[in-house]
Amino acid sequence: MKDNKFLTLGIETSCDETAISVVADGREVLSNVISSQIDIFKNYGGVVPEIASRHHLENINGVLETSLKEAGVALDDIDLVGVTMGPGLIGALLMGVSTAKAIAFASGKPIVGVHHLIGHVSANFIQHAELEPPFMALITSGGHTEIVQVDDYDKLTVLGGTRDDAVGECYDKVARVLGLGYPGGPKIDRIAKEGNSEAIHFKRVYLEKDSLDFSFSGLKTAVLNYLNSEKQAGREVNRADVAASFQQAVMDVIVKKAMDACETRKEKKLVLAGGVAANSKLREMLDKECAKRHIKLYYPAPILCTDNGAMIASAAYYKYTKNGADGLDMDAYPYLEF
Amino acid sequence: MEIKRVITIENEEATRAFGLELAREAKAGDVIALIGDLGTGKTALTRYIAEGLGIKARISSPTFTIVKEYPMGRIPLYHFDVYRLAGDNDILSGQDIQGEEGREIRMRAIDELYNIGADEYFEGDGLTVIEWADLIYEALPEDTKFIFIEYGEEEDQRVYKCTF
Repeated sequence: MKDNKFLTLGIETSCDETAISVVADGREVLSNVISSQIDIFKNYGGVVPEIASRHHLENINGVLETSLKEAGVALDDIDLVGVTMGPGLIGALLMGVSTAKAIAFASGKPIVGVHHLIGHVSANFIQHAELEPPFMALITSGGHTEIVQVDDYDKLTVLGGTRDDAVGECYDKVARVLGLGYPGGPKIDRIAKEGNSEAIHFKRVYLEKDSLDFSFSGLKTAVLNYLNSEKQAGREVNRADVAASFQQAVMDVIVKKAMDACETRKEKKLVLAGGVAANSKLREMLDKECAKRHIKLYYPAPILCTDNGAMIASAAYYKYTKNGADGLDMDAYPYLEF
Repeated sequence: MEIKRVITIENEEATRAFGLELAREAKAGDVIALIGDLGTGKTALTRYIAEGLGIKARISSPTFTIVKEYPMGRIPLYHFDVYRLAGDNDILSGQDIQGEEGREIRMRAIDELYNIGADEYFEGDGLTVIEWADLIYEALPEDTKFIFIEYGEEEDQRVYKCTF
C-alpha cells in the first residue's frame, strides 16, 4: 500500500515484449514499462526485444527496476504480483512466471496468474474509469481475432475466433508481399487512405450463417493471386488500391460479426482490445455502425493496445478481489482456455 | 533429397484424408516438415493432422508465437511456423531461402530457434509439425519427414511431394 492505494505489479512476457507495470486500485497506471520502448536496452549490445526467452532474461531485471522507479514505489509497497500465465511461448512465459514467483516468495506477497486475453480486455478498465461488465469484446491483434462475451471480471465466453490466420498476421503478410515492410498493420492503414477501396473486389469470407468465427487465410491467398496475375500480365500494381481493397474486405467482415454479436446478445457496449484496435478504418466503421444501433464503443489508447504489464495488473487485481490468490505452485501454460 | 511419393490432392476432403493418415502413423519424437508457398494449405493440413490425433481444439496459425502446443490428443502436437524467426525478411515475396543464397538467413533463424528451446520439442514426447521448415533446414533431425506442397494446375489442386 502507498497513499492508501492497493498496488499491483503486472508482469507480461508471453511473446516479444518484456513489460512490467505498477497499477493502483486496479485502474490507475503508476508506471508502464515496455522493453522495446525504453532506451537503456538500445545502448548495450543492441539488445532489442525478440522472440527468445534469452532476451526476456536479459531485460527483465532492468524493466522491473525502471517500472518501480517510475511509479515512485519500492518492492515492499507492492500488495499483489500479477503475471501472464498463458497462452504464449513457453520459454518466454516462464521468464515472467519465475520472476513473479521469486518476488512473491521473497516478499510474502500474494501472486495471481492471468490469461493473456483477459489482460487485453482489462486494458479498457484502465482507459475508462466507468466501464464495468457486462459487455461484448472484440480482440484483434497479431496473434488473436476473437469475439468474447464478458459477463463479469472473471466470466468470459469466447463466441467466435479465427480458424486460421489472426487478422494482424494477415495484415503483416499482405504488407510484406506488397513490399510495405513491418509492422504491416499501420503501413497498410496509412497507404490505404490514398487508395480506392472498391478498386479490386476481394471475396468476403463470412463462413456459415450465424457463425462468429473468422477465416483470413483465403483473403491472404486472393491478394497474392491478384498480384501474381497482374505481374504476369505485365501490369503495374497500384499498391494503395490493393491495400485499401484488402483492408475493406477485412473490416467488412469484422464489423459485421461484431455487430451481429452485439445484436443477438443485446449488448449495448462494445469494447475493443489488441493491437488492431488502433486501426483507423476499424474505428471509423465501428463508430458509424455502433452509433446507428446505439451501442457505446470503447477502445484503449495505443500504448494499452500492445502487449503491456498494466493490463495484466488490472486483470490480476480483479481476479484476486473475486477469487483470492493462486498458490506458489502456479505454472505457465502455452495452451490455455478461459 | 529423394522424393518417394507424389500425391495430387483435388480438394479439401483429400487434404483431410492425408492429414488423418499422417496422424495415424505419427509417433512421439516425429518431425514433419511442410514446405510450400503462401496459400498452399500448410495450416489446413496441420489442422487435419490434429484432428487425426484426437485434438478437439481450434488449430489457428502459430505465426505470432512461433509455436503452439496442443497437449490433449493421443500424443501432443507441437505446431511451429518458423517464418518470423529470421526477423524482417522477404520470404513471402519469393526470397530464396534454400541453397547457398539462403544460408545467412537460415543461420539467423536457427539461432533464434535454439533460443526458444525448439530442439527440446523435436526430441520430445509429441509430434512436431513445422511450416516453412526450409528456413531451419540444418536444424531438423535426420529422420524428418518432408512434404513439399506445390500448386496444381487447377485452382484447388495441390501436389504433395513426400520423402517418405
